Amino acid sequence: MSETIVEVRHLSKSFGDHEVLRDVDFSVAKGEVVSIIGSSGSGKSTLLRCMNLLEKPSGGEVRFHGQNIRNAGFSLQMYRARVGMVFQQFNLFNNMTALENCVVGQMKVLHRSRAEAEKNAMEYLTKVGMECFVRAKPRQLSGGQKQRVAIARALAMNPEVLLFDEPTSALDPEMVGEVLSVMKTLASSGLTMLVVTHEMGFAQDVCNRVVFMDGGVIVESDTPEVIFTHPAQPRTREFLARILDK
Amino acid sequence: MPNAQSGFFEWVFFFVRTYGGMFLKGAGTTLLISLTGTVTGFVIGLAVGYVRAMPCDREDGAARYYVLRFVRGLLGAYIEVFRSTPMIVQAMVIFYGAAQILHVTMPYVLAGYVIVSINTGAYLSEIVRGGIQSVDPGQREAALAIGMTYGQAMLHVVLPQAIRNILPALGNEFVVNIKDTSVLNVISVTELFFVSKSAAGTYFKYFEVFFITSVIYFVMTFSITRFLRWLEKKMDGPENYTIHGSQTVPVGEIKLKGEPEHE
Repeated sequence: MSETIVEVRHLSKSFGDHEVLRDVDFSVAKGEVVSIIGSSGSGKSTLLRCMNLLEKPSGGEVRFHGQNIRNAGFSLQMYRARVGMVFQQFNLFNNMTALENCVVGQMKVLHRSRAEAEKNAMEYLTKVGMECFVRAKPRQLSGGQKQRVAIARALAMNPEVLLFDEPTSALDPEMVGEVLSVMKTLASSGLTMLVVTHEMGFAQDVCNRVVFMDGGVIVESDTPEVIFTHPAQPRTREFLARILDK
Repeated sequence: MPNAQSGFFEWVFFFVRTYGGMFLKGAGTTLLISLTGTVTGFVIGLAVGYVRAMPCDREDGAARYYVLRFVRGLLGAYIEVFRSTPMIVQAMVIFYGAAQILHVTMPYVLAGYVIVSINTGAYLSEIVRGGIQSVDPGQREAALAIGMTYGQAMLHVVLPQAIRNILPALGNEFVVNIKDTSVLNVISVTELFFVSKSAAGTYFKYFEVFFITSVIYFVMTFSITRFLRWLEKKMDGPENYTIHGSQTVPVGEIKLKGEPEHE
């Protein structure tokens, strides 16, 4: 097993009286491509959002290379720069062009020069096939194009791990393919990825590990072969039967 | 000089000829006070709106929480007081109050500028706060997620969009100020209304003079409204993104129409 990048221990999260995550232990190692599956409300997105503190965990801890990210002296900003995030709703900065979207974080957070940041941004915009649209504003792009720029924006920060929060759920069906193919390329290039998804094909074909969540806990975590062919837990079987037999 | 038998337009032309320069100077003062007052009021509004929109969470430390709550209370009081009293009364209180308590007689134009700024600031604070809240929270989250601090996220991502969203309200406030600076005549600021009143009083020709005055006000506000509309359009840029495949062959030009925003 290679080095663990991010690890959560005894993580719990409640919104008021509603317990969304209960004592979750989970980790991602370098080079892994992990997908988290489960029905809506099972806590998948909340787990992801707790991992970069967009939601404050109610209990437990998040560790980055073994260090608690809530420790004094640990820079939350630098941590977030190392752990990229791609959102369901893309959340491209609407006041900036595609290129500026990929440049601003590098300049303001990593203090790279504009020339260096633009060169790096262009590299990743090209990788996601959006090099023709550098000057486009988000409102001029389709959903799939926006998500590809959002992936380039995250990659331009050169993160150690990239979190995807249902990256294709807000897309029209014909645009899902273009985003998934970008993600496949990234996975095969060795990037560490954690993907919350409803795309079972992606989970099965691309990931090294599939995590099934239900009711705020991790029910089962194993290789795609095990999860999709002979899962150990009855809840996993029920979920997959519901999803795949449609 | 026209006499008692002279018609409306003879008097109008007389006033334009004789007092034209004074009217223009008065209009200049009106524009100066309303423009600088709106700009300063906007800066006040930005600062106050920013503080009032800041997340205030007890978990982030008790000291910060209570200080922020206290400052917000003060700012809230400022907004309520200045929105709930007429500017003409504020002008009297501030101008004569400064003279009586602080023993300073402010230059009239400066006093006008201060009053308009504070008054506008109170209105714009709420507009700025609304503008910040109108920006999709996902924008701030995305900025935080790439490692920006709260301040950076606001400065580079949220505020530019908030300001764009409130531009119409801002233009509206400017136009309102052009008209409302007329109340500053009560503290003898020689703006357009004050000048008109003096000219009209000299000849007892109120209709003729204020006809001219209303034309000047209308020209000022109308042209500024048009200019701001044009500015908004220009800031938004085109709807479509064009990739130039070829500079000469029209077929080589691919146009991609943006999809509507997913809400």
